[in-house]
Amino acid sequence: MSLSLEMLTAGLALLALTAYAVLAGADFGGGVWDFFARGPRANGQRRAIAEAMGPVWEANHVWLIFLLVILFTGFPVAFSALSVALFIPFHLLLVGIILRGAAFVFRAHGSEEAGPQRVWARAFGSASIITPVLLGMCLGAISAGEIRISGSVVQVNYFTAWLTPLSWACGALALALFAYLAAVYLTLETSGELREDFRQRTLISGGVVVAISVLLLPLLVWQAPRLAENLLSVRALPVLVLGVIFALLSLWAVLTRRFAIARVTAVAEVIMLLWGWAFAQWPYVIYPDLTLEASAAPDATLGFLLATAPIGALLLIPSLWLLFSVFKGRNPEAGEAGKMAGGRR
Amino acid sequence: MENLIAARMQMAISLGFHMVFAALGIGLPLLMLVAEGLWLRTKKQVYLDLARKWAKGTGILFAIGAVSGTALSFELGLLWPPFMRLAGPLIGPAFALEGYAFFIEAIFLGLYLYGWKRLKPIAHWLCGVPVAISGAMSGILVMSANSWMQNPTGFTMVNGQATNIDPVKALMNPSWGILALHLTLACYMATAFMVAAVYAWGLLKGRRDDYHKSGLAIAMVLGTLAALAQPISGDLTARLVYETQPTKLAAMESQFTTEAGAPLRIGGIPDVANRTVPFAIEIPSGLSFLATHDPNAEIQGLDAVPEADWPLVPLVHVSFQVMVGSGLAIILFSLAYWFLRWRKRDFGNWSLRALVLSGVLGVAALEAGWIVTEVGRQPWIIYNVMRTADAVTPAPGIWYTFTGFVGLYVVLAVTLIWLLLRLATGRPVENEDDERLAKSGKEAGGVTIA
Ligand code: HDD
Ligand code: HEM
Ligand code: HEM
Repeated sequence: MSLSLEMLTAGLALLALTAYAVLAGADFGGGVWDFFARGPRANGQRRAIAEAMGPVWEANHVWLIFLLVILFTGFPVAFSALSVALFIPFHLLLVGIILRGAAFVFRAHGSEEAGPQRVWARAFGSASIITPVLLGMCLGAISAGEIRISGSVVQVNYFTAWLTPLSWACGALALALFAYLAAVYLTLETSGELREDFRQRTLISGGVVVAISVLLLPLLVWQAPRLAENLLSVRALPVLVLGVIFALLSLWAVLTRRFAIARVTAVAEVIMLLWGWAFAQWPYVIYPDLTLEASAAPDATLGFLLATAPIGALLLIPSLWLLFSVFKGRNPEAGEAGKMAGGRR
Repeated sequence: MENLIAARMQMAISLGFHMVFAALGIGLPLLMLVAEGLWLRTKKQVYLDLARKWAKGTGILFAIGAVSGTALSFELGLLWPPFMRLAGPLIGPAFALEGYAFFIEAIFLGLYLYGWKRLKPIAHWLCGVPVAISGAMSGILVMSANSWMQNPTGFTMVNGQATNIDPVKALMNPSWGILALHLTLACYMATAFMVAAVYAWGLLKGRRDDYHKSGLAIAMVLGTLAALAQPISGDLTARLVYETQPTKLAAMESQFTTEAGAPLRIGGIPDVANRTVPFAIEIPSGLSFLATHDPNAEIQGLDAVPEADWPLVPLVHVSFQVMVGSGLAIILFSLAYWFLRWRKRDFGNWSLRALVLSGVLGVAALEAGWIVTEVGRQPWIIYNVMRTADAVTPAPGIWYTFTGFVGLYVVLAVTLIWLLLRLATGRPVENEDDERLAKSGKEAGGVTIA
């Protein structure tokens, strides 16, 4: 396979999807742990989550918008078809995204005692659970072959196409992975007993990830045989194997309290799983009727996207570095706030 | 047909909602920078208090702007898939560049909002600069996409397919500059007068302190400058519409017949059936003069196109009157404010009430202007290229999604107003935080401020 413009553009899209998963994914995971905050340090857990998310979640969210823009600019035919076929889950996804973001700021900026604030606090957790599930379901739906396209007509059952067992499993996997990522990150941003809380959560969600992955294998063979076959082909299998190795490594690192290693390996695990899926899905955007090539925009547009990307990167990379080094680098204060279970901003 | 109406309403509600936050996202960072800059120079506490208050407001509003904008990006495809199939490669580049602006805005806003204690004062202020610039850039770039819909360039249509695609030509479409200027001024105006209204209200309530007076003054400087420039850019805009979209101009002015020396009709409610405009004040040859600077020029009327292809004339006409009327009223009220300030070193209650009203008028003008632009373009989604009716999604059930979105946005708006009212109680942020700390008693133990 030679490197064509649409391959490069698809690579850019995959990069955006990956960044969204490892960065914003953890913000959703944070919401999950907010929802399940339990025990004597429940408030401390919530506060640590809010502090970790506060400065970065909006920047992380932009990756989704960027992905969407690459999709409708670079692969307009696919974007249109997806928007028709996934009309319902996309709308639900939007509700989740809107509620999650709004609830986060409403909660952060009001005082917690007032009535509506409690409702928003719940909304934050619930929306953080629903949204990743829907994201996973949409990815599942485009691999399973339930969306058919002939010419510009999309043939689809608006309800069943994304409600297959495979989609549910993909949704659950996304949720578990995001929760896992968040818990791993949080072990590094807290200390003392709070850190132990998040370590425990890492182990729980890590176990769930493994369980769902095992469950997913027969489902794939049954519902998406082509994808299953490709996952085992030379182009995807090595990546997946790496993913499994990283997964085990990161669980080991958590068990032995090597949290910095756990973070790196957890990120690598998610990247490998996503890429494995992407390589297996290739050359399709929507299996089995729409390939990258058939849905791509004219070269002039792809060229524009690719030519401006380095300029954008030149602006972005130093800015992101600044953001993360100010708030996530050696960050004694986050640890402080985390340690004092009663501390508040 | 059913689908079409529902989709148009869902689009209109989503855009109208987003627009308010977009405008604030463009204007507030600038005000915040000015206030913090004044603090850095004078070390007067009021300026820091104002900057922190506005930063807090920006924090909440930006998030709502971001999520409602995300909804829009999806809705372009969810509601108008055939449109995006055609337009994606042409307007996508503007959105891609806008994406970088969003990144910069979100990144530096994070640094600004959460970095008060972690960054040195100057560094903190500098972090606000990219926020203000990229906020304005976001608006300017998205305007390129919209102005392309009004004046599409950069492709040729062959058998319903766009070929010969030139994304740079589409991005740089000839309507962009003038419309972007008009929009940017409108966003500054709307924000400045919303802020001015809050402080004018506080002053009316008897809080005649430095904090309120300074807040009002900063907002009024920005607001007045933008308001004075707006009719000039509006005139450019109107002449652009005359050249590129004559049917829209005819609808704005309720010009039913093509005639030389067309009059300017101010106010009135068009009666489309009888081709008249009851209650309008007519200025002879006014329209011809404004559109072409020649009082005898011929203006194309609505009769040049079949009636089935007219936009909703009464809505376009009335919206146009609301926009221009609000703009002129705001100028009048601003001049009154500065005059009173200069002559009496104080402002009467009437002047303050007028400024509170200006806050509403600024937003009204912004929304009305968009109704003129978007409804006036109908029945085309891409002017003279694709009809809105041919662009709507085949997916069923848009009335449900429309109803859902209205409900969601109402809930958001109500909560937001409640929160912002609490925020705008006239106390600087610092005191508020102290009060919250005191209230939450035992939790006050470990105070660490990020
Ligand atoms: C504070 C807001 C505000 C104010 C005071 C004005 N405008 Fe405006 N106007 C807008 C806010 C706006 C807007 C919402 O921003 C629009 C919609 C699209 C655009 O580019 O700007 C707009 C559109 C718009 C259009 C239609 C452009 C199109 O359809 O392509 C015209 C002809 C004018 N304006 C003319 C004027 C004139 C002659 C004004 C005299 C005072 C004026 N505007 C004041
Ligand atoms: C934020 C300010 C905006 C407002 C308030 C606004 C308002 C509206 C309204 C009222 C409609 C419905 C018109 C009708 O059906 O009669 C509409 C339609 C639409 N607008 Fe805008 N608009 C805005 C900006 C934009 C921008 C920047 C774009 C650029 C992509 C855009 C794209 C569309 C599309 C695709 C439709 C649907 C098709 C149509 O009805 O023609 N709008 N908008
Ligand atoms: C002319 C009308 C518009 C203007 C002036 C405008 C401007 C802005 C601005 C300044 C922001 C920054 C967020 C904020 O400060 O609240 C923003 C956010 C956003 N807008 Fe708009 N916008 C307009 C219409 C649209 C349309 C039509 C779309 C999509 C089709 C859109 C998509 C977005 C998205 C995705 C965001 C979120 C960015 C983030 O997460 O930071 N906007 N817009």
